[in-house]
Amino acid sequence: MKILTANRLTDGEAVWYAGGAWAETIDSSELAADKAAEERLETIGAASFAANEVVDVNLIDVDVVDGAIHPLRLRERIRAAGPTNRNDLGKQARPNAA
Amino acid sequence: MYRYDEFDHQFVQARVAQFSDQVERRLAGEITEDQFRPLRLMNGVYLQLHAYMLRIAVPYGTLSSKQLRMLAHIARKYDKGYGHFTTRQNIQFNWPALSDVPAILADLASVEMHAIQTSGNCIRNVTADHFAGAAADEAADPRPYAEILRQWSSVHPEFSYLPRKFKIAVTGSERDRAAIQTHDIGLHLKKNAAGELGFAVYVGGGQGRTPLVAKKIRDFLPEQHLLSYCTAILRVYNLYGRRDNKYKARIKILVHETGVEEFTRQVDAEWGELKDGELTLPEADIKAIDAYFAPPALPARPEGDEAIKLARLDSRSFSEWLDQNVVTHRNPDYAAVTISLKGIGEVPGDASDSQMDAVADLAEKYAFDEVRVSHEQNLILPHVARADLKAIYDRLAEIGLATANSDLISDIIACPGLDYCALANARSIIVAQNISKRFASLERQRDIGELKLKISGCINACGHHHVGHIGILGVEKKGAELYQVTLGGSADEHTSVGEIIGRGFGPDEITDAIETVVETYLAIRLDRSEKFLDAYRRVGPAPFKEALYAGEAKAA
Repeated sequence: MKILTANRLTDGEAVWYAGGAWAETIDSSELAADKAAEERLETIGAASFAANEVVDVNLIDVDVVDGAIHPLRLRERIRAAGPTNRNDLGKQARPNAA
Repeated sequence: MYRYDEFDHQFVQARVAQFSDQVERRLAGEITEDQFRPLRLMNGVYLQLHAYMLRIAVPYGTLSSKQLRMLAHIARKYDKGYGHFTTRQNIQFNWPALSDVPAILADLASVEMHAIQTSGNCIRNVTADHFAGAAADEAADPRPYAEILRQWSSVHPEFSYLPRKFKIAVTGSERDRAAIQTHDIGLHLKKNAAGELGFAVYVGGGQGRTPLVAKKIRDFLPEQHLLSYCTAILRVYNLYGRRDNKYKARIKILVHETGVEEFTRQVDAEWGELKDGELTLPEADIKAIDAYFAPPALPARPEGDEAIKLARLDSRSFSEWLDQNVVTHRNPDYAAVTISLKGIGEVPGDASDSQMDAVADLAEKYAFDEVRVSHEQNLILPHVARADLKAIYDRLAEIGLATANSDLISDIIACPGLDYCALANARSIIVAQNISKRFASLERQRDIGELKLKISGCINACGHHHVGHIGILGVEKKGAELYQVTLGGSADEHTSVGEIIGRGFGPDEITDAIETVVETYLAIRLDRSEKFLDAYRRVGPAPFKEALYAGEAKAA
């Protein structure tokens, strides 16, 4: 499965596409389970890039385990949480983080 | 220190205004990312995993207290309370918002700093020996020449779009602390028999995916020819350097493929056209720049010896720090101090805003207002009266920067790796932290002796792993991190590229593997005076391979 991710133009914040908007956490990302869904997300990403909302737009591979989204690559897991050496930084440091 | 003249101020302020306008237009959607990206890179703004990253130039690693305080201010106001000092003597902030970058650059300009040419295919920040002007073994301070090169190379119209980035390093000592042979151009400032200053010129060194040691193409270039000769080198590179393949575009590949003799001939032919022309440095100009770097007046402080003797008796930890982190100064009443940014288990090169402020205060009070950034990711107080060392140590201990590990195994160089960097394949920081914790005992570290361990999270080698006595390269294999170990590298006057010792190790194995390497060294060394690198050069990889992999062979 794939989800759509990018960095927000204004501040570089890592974001994921979720239900019509970009979210700051990965949890509610819209999942693409087939080629058509991937293409739909790609189109959304390209439009958002063209509209100068986000940069570095990518589809990434994920698994869903017990309802939670897990990126396959460590790189993407680090983007979703924050630096592994400092849990006081990044998404993992936010009050609502799991 | 160099101080901006009116031209410098106008130049930097004009660039701040220009980039501020570019950011504004980008945020307003008037220019596209494809148009903006090269512009932001020219101003040191990268996009990393979590946020933008701003790389700020610290020319030849020299900072005033005021400048360091401004870096602390930026860390506090615009970032997350810390900065990362890099292997190119620069500083990076990992979390700035693009919309804040114009304000950051304006703050930097107010203290004569900028982020120009910290990225892009241009001549990057010129680096120098971090003990420049203080070292007892120096022919002359290399920084005036680094400054001349900085002025010449800043927005140089001919050399702003080179085939690839270009790095120059300068040392003024026989003992190379600036790793000049790993640079595109390495300059060794020295005196000839007549006492005149000039440079041994090395070209074509570099790390990355094709590590090559620079070749000496001239043994003594009289100082006045510095710019004409460098221009000749750059022209040959600009003309013949490969632009078809990013991975073969550095000058090291050109020198390697052309051959040193032919490359030197080409440079000399080009130089023949330039020599004694308008690029010749007038003596008055060299003197004018030299004057900015005039050493501070160092009043006699003969009480230092007695003070240190007493303080040593009083504090073992001070005594250890003195032995490890304090080096001889050209003035016997003074010393140069390495402030380790490698506390046990800490992130190599990171300093908090309050630590930066505290170091700035120390420099102002005790060190003639001067701080250096070393390419080994530490801070240096270059001129300190020996009589003041105890007071400095006490303050460093209070702020957590008194770790006595300079040149020991926990004085690790590490790039930011996959925890921050968009190019990385594996993490570096956590590997450094684990090794640092494993060897936490200072007694054990001192027994092991000088050992330079360097870690990169990808083949671009920002963590200088190729030239570590022990190098670690993180790669991604089948979706997991794997760490390859190289042994026998060095970045001094006898530069060598380390050899890959065998198959890589997983994140849970790498610390044990390094310990095995170290224990093997301890078992084979002739005595305590034989350093790791010397022992490796004497015996080669065999005993290390045996220790790391023999069990596997038997099991198989």
